[in-house]
Amino acid sequence: MQPTDTANPDYYHRVVDCQWACPAHTDVPEYIRLIAQGQFTAAYLVNRESNVFPGILGRVCDRPCEPACRRGRVEQEPVAICRLKRVAADHRDDVRPHLPKAPARKNGKRVVCIGAGPASLTVANDLMPLGYEVTIFEKWQTPGGLMRTNIPSFRLPEQVLSEEIGYIIDLGVDLRLGSPVTSMKQLLATGEFDAVFVGSGAPKGKDLKLPGRKDPAAAAHIHIGIDWLESVAFGHVKDIGRRVLIIGVGNTAMDCCRSSLRLGADDVKVMARKPRAFFKASEWELEDAEAENVEIVVNHAPKAFVTENGRLVGMRFDVMEYDLDATGRITAERVVGEKLLPCDDVILAIGQENAFPWIENDLGIEFDQWHVPKVDTTTYQSTRPSVFFGGDAAFGPKNIIWAVEHGHQAAISIHQFCQDREVAQRPPRLLNLSSRKMGLHEWAYKNDYNPVERRLMPHVDLKERFKKINIEVELGFTAEQAAAEVQRCLNCDVQTVFEARLCIECDACIDICPVDCLTMTPNGTEAEIRTRLKAPALRVTQPLFVSAPLQHTARVMVKDEDVCVHCGLCAERCPTAAWDMQKSKIRIPYASDETTPCSSTPATPRPAPIRRSA
Amino acid sequence: MSFIAKPKIAHPGLPKNELGLTRRDYEGGMSTLCAGCGHDSITAAIIESCWQMSMRPEQLVKLSGIGCSSKTTAYFVGGGHGFNSVHGRMPSIATGAIAANKDLHYIGVSGDGDTLSIGFGQFAHAMRRNLNMLYIVENNGVYGLTKGQFSASADIGSKAKKGEENLQPPIDPVLAALTLGGTFVARSFSGDKEQLVPLIIAGLKHRGFALIDVLSPCVTFNDHEGSTKSYEFVRDHYDEVVHADFVPPAREITAQYGQGDAMPVTMHDGSRILLRKLDPSYDPTHRGQAFNYLRDKLAQNEYVTGLIYIDEKSPDFHEVSGTTATPVNQLPYPKLTPGAQGLEKIMARYR
Repeated sequence: MQPTDTANPDYYHRVVDCQWACPAHTDVPEYIRLIAQGQFTAAYLVNRESNVFPGILGRVCDRPCEPACRRGRVEQEPVAICRLKRVAADHRDDVRPHLPKAPARKNGKRVVCIGAGPASLTVANDLMPLGYEVTIFEKWQTPGGLMRTNIPSFRLPEQVLSEEIGYIIDLGVDLRLGSPVTSMKQLLATGEFDAVFVGSGAPKGKDLKLPGRKDPAAAAHIHIGIDWLESVAFGHVKDIGRRVLIIGVGNTAMDCCRSSLRLGADDVKVMARKPRAFFKASEWELEDAEAENVEIVVNHAPKAFVTENGRLVGMRFDVMEYDLDATGRITAERVVGEKLLPCDDVILAIGQENAFPWIENDLGIEFDQWHVPKVDTTTYQSTRPSVFFGGDAAFGPKNIIWAVEHGHQAAISIHQFCQDREVAQRPPRLLNLSSRKMGLHEWAYKNDYNPVERRLMPHVDLKERFKKINIEVELGFTAEQAAAEVQRCLNCDVQTVFEARLCIECDACIDICPVDCLTMTPNGTEAEIRTRLKAPALRVTQPLFVSAPLQHTARVMVKDEDVCVHCGLCAERCPTAAWDMQKSKIRIPYASDETTPCSSTPATPRPAPIRRSA
Repeated sequence: MSFIAKPKIAHPGLPKNELGLTRRDYEGGMSTLCAGCGHDSITAAIIESCWQMSMRPEQLVKLSGIGCSSKTTAYFVGGGHGFNSVHGRMPSIATGAIAANKDLHYIGVSGDGDTLSIGFGQFAHAMRRNLNMLYIVENNGVYGLTKGQFSASADIGSKAKKGEENLQPPIDPVLAALTLGGTFVARSFSGDKEQLVPLIIAGLKHRGFALIDVLSPCVTFNDHEGSTKSYEFVRDHYDEVVHADFVPPAREITAQYGQGDAMPVTMHDGSRILLRKLDPSYDPTHRGQAFNYLRDKLAQNEYVTGLIYIDEKSPDFHEVSGTTATPVNQLPYPKLTPGAQGLEKIMARYR
């Protein structure tokens, strides 16, 4: 193998699994350390830089970081990254003095965002400090988009939502509520705006066209999930029948079933077509629903709505059976029976789509065969150069953290576009490394492995929580829980940095490594080296670090990054400091990095990344 | 030296031996030796060997004298028995322990000072008795614990850290062992576990006294230019003559070796070691030839390593001395003590 190119910022970035997995690349280890030090405001601001809505995401993020967390590979359970984010948000002081401000003198460019959801708000957040004038059109009377209409208030309190949206609006955003955009053509024709950002979400819930669906007796009791949640959020719907069937088993279904319980239902079943391994809902959302006695019924395919005497009485299902292969994929399916389940209401939560009836065909904004806009996956630019898409509007339903990242990237694109620069020219990611060695046996991070197990989130008592729709179920970690949970973080951003020319091949690092991730061996191909590691390579997706040839024997030092706990003992034991523990700081570029808000002045070049002196 | 203990967390895929134990279960206390010390690598090789042998930890007796080397018995197999004796007197303690219980495995860990200076007499007699033990000399050519004076194994011309040259001829424990009748004589290097681990296993299986002289660089006082026991010098002057592969009793020898290159030796428990001769003319069962070969190579500044000499046929300490087959702690009390009448009889013999 060739020596690993650690000068490529992506190498060490990838080692920080949580940050690598986060679409917005939140610096997780850094904010967890700040929480450990009691610096909640600083922890909040680290979060806000990348994910913009720490208080919201600390409650409802889909947390792609947690399945990626190294702790989950070394033990069973990952660090409760998401709920620690909430700890930072709950305990912060007033952060407003620390937030970026919009300059009094504007740069003369005007940007319009359609829909006041997380993607548009992020665009405004990134562009306002540069002097842009940003207008947001929102069809409802309140901003927030899906965060407000589709996430029930027992998961995300209204006050948390409003506060964090307020930080952005208070930059001086021209927010026009109750102003749906009905024609893109008219909007463009005004000529008021230099760029348009479409962040209107995926607001169209899928229907289920089965026998009985059109029966007028049934229609009033069959609801489209996201529309129904919206009505609940705005107080238009205040009750539901006693027996409710939810069709579909994604995260929207989980919100529907739990909302139903708070609106009068006491027998709620979530109907799944396939076995549990195929569920789209996150494992923790399933657990929360099941904890509220929602029954999840597998292998039932909807067949027909059943009405009697002018009202909906139930739904008929095919009972399915599946053959699975060794990898768990379905190889065959068959119907083995039929079942009628009585119910009063049915909620369809089988997916949603983006829909743009308000974008005319002749504007140069192209759509593909599924009516999805053609959007560049890096720049988020549509086929009409001044129009950009982001969030669910761009590539269909994802989740909030993706919308935020789309917003950041679109903001960079819009900035490039408005400054007449190449939109495809992206500012680079950079990486700084700095040693954590303080002296003999002293490292500037907490490097001992704490075997404490993942803390369990305390919940409001099961009886209490159903009294009102907006009683937040999760109480947040106690001080003791937070103090324990932060110690579970392995500090993956404190990197093991190896300098081959200093190594005397004494084996000290290999002997001391508690997880046997180091090997000194003759060089070879990757597949072959993986068979010669001191401990078996469990995941080929995890990279191997391979050093330059060592001085005495021309062997190479190989590190399997997979289960390294970043304890620093290799560096502690190294007599020649060939290993060092160096903190990596990944610098993710944002539009708002550009310090000069004036359009004519070129941006200040960034300082070169700090590398260890060779 | 490290003050940070190795955390208990282990690689989730760590292999288990026949007892269901992982390598980590054979570790001991935290090493307080200098970072990069060769001795720590030898400790790791002993851990690996005991794990590979599926040894029950309580079957191991760890014996040592005084010195950096002698501290290391605390760092492996925490579940074993240990005795840290007076300087250079470990063989006496070993003799007593081995006489009392032949069922256990004995590892003595000593250094070049403990073995070749203050303990040289004890070392010679342990070999003469052919004690059933593995005796490891962690050989670094200096007294590390007293700030790096030359030891008895320092080579002529080897330079100390501050530049003074050693002028006295060394005692080579391997040559000494060959002349004293050692029945298992090996040399290895702390930086070569592929060679060292099978040697330790073979040494533990050997019936009689197994000596492994392990070159183990002192990273603090003897790892500089001009030293003949530095990592770099040893690697540059390394001549493996016979590589021992340990073959457990149940396994077939499947590897292909060229004719005359491989030589199986059956140990008393039925297991075998397969000696791979890297110099086909070399005969590891011929004491005289081994001695001459070593002398020639030493004159060329080469460290001959590997299993240099083996003799599985000579009677060991138990056979010669007629020790008890049942460990003393398992003998019934009346058999152990003659009682007043028996003592009377014995005393009468001397009147």
